Amino acid sequence: MHLVYPAVLAALLFCVGLYGVLARRNSILVLMSVELMLNAVNLNLVAFDVWLRDALHGGQALTLFTITIAAAEIGIGLSIVLLVFRNRGTADVDRLTDLVDSLAHGTDNASDDGRDTVRNADGKAAA
Amino acid sequence: MSLAAAASQGFLSPSGVEIAFVLVGIATLGAAVVSVTTKQLVHAALWLVVALGGLAVEYLLLTAEFIAWVQVLIYVGSVVVLLLFGLMLTKAPIGRSPDADSGNRWAALAVAVAAAATLVTVVIDAFRSTWLDLDGAVQGSAEVTGISLFRHWVLPFEALSVLLLAALVGAIVLSRINRGRER
Repeated sequence: MHLVYPAVLAALLFCVGLYGVLARRNSILVLMSVELMLNAVNLNLVAFDVWLRDALHGGQALTLFTITIAAAEIGIGLSIVLLVFRNRGTADVDRLTDLVDSLAHGTDNASDDGRDTVRNADGKAAA
Repeated sequence: MSLAAAASQGFLSPSGVEIAFVLVGIATLGAAVVSVTTKQLVHAALWLVVALGGLAVEYLLLTAEFIAWVQVLIYVGSVVVLLLFGLMLTKAPIGRSPDADSGNRWAALAVAVAAAATLVTVVIDAFRSTWLDLDGAVQGSAEVTGISLFRHWVLPFEALSVLLLAALVGAIVLSRINRGRER
């Protein structure tokens, strides 16, 4: 098999994941796109391992390690997203703007978001 | 584009494995594109299953048998289920949600297309005359992978189990902090 097929497929999958990370608003969909990017890298690792016929099977061992780390990453990432959702009432990355520079970003949006956040936090505390 | 590269090398007729690889690759890529563009959040996770399953088939075609089954078990079996749980727990709307994409979609599209063009050009240029030999000794059966994993990669393997334990403990701690504060 020509090595170009898996390499091109991996490059295209990586770019699809890149688009997803940049364009999605829901943070769980962002995590999904990160998984796509990791899978593209895995495909590359497997293809190059088969091509180089490495005696240590480094590519396939690294693929297994990447899959495990991706599983750990998705667990931690989801628990962080759930924590943010519980505290803020939203999981949209666009609305998590506490660290935004309000002077450079226009004061209207920033103050609105801030009030929103405070209200959510108060509601949570009252409940 | 990859077909053109193969043809320019005088590669006479693509083998059966290559045809299967390209077909499954198109299906995988299509599922991935739908997964990152669909407006229905739950459908995105389900299309991700198709993309990851297609990648498992690609691993099988590359004779990496063990990796393929690990992919099916871990990704399709547990990661997607976790993602679906996450979608449910964050009250993702069932049905179309018009604000699934953020405002910088066109900038993201431009970046992705530019990256794809660059990567594909470079990759085709670099590996124009490289062929995989899939007919030799088996590279990725459970036996071969297990022997190499436990003969040469034991230390990273054990370190990885510690990392998984740390991730488990971390996830539990992150989930419990809030509950302690509310009391």
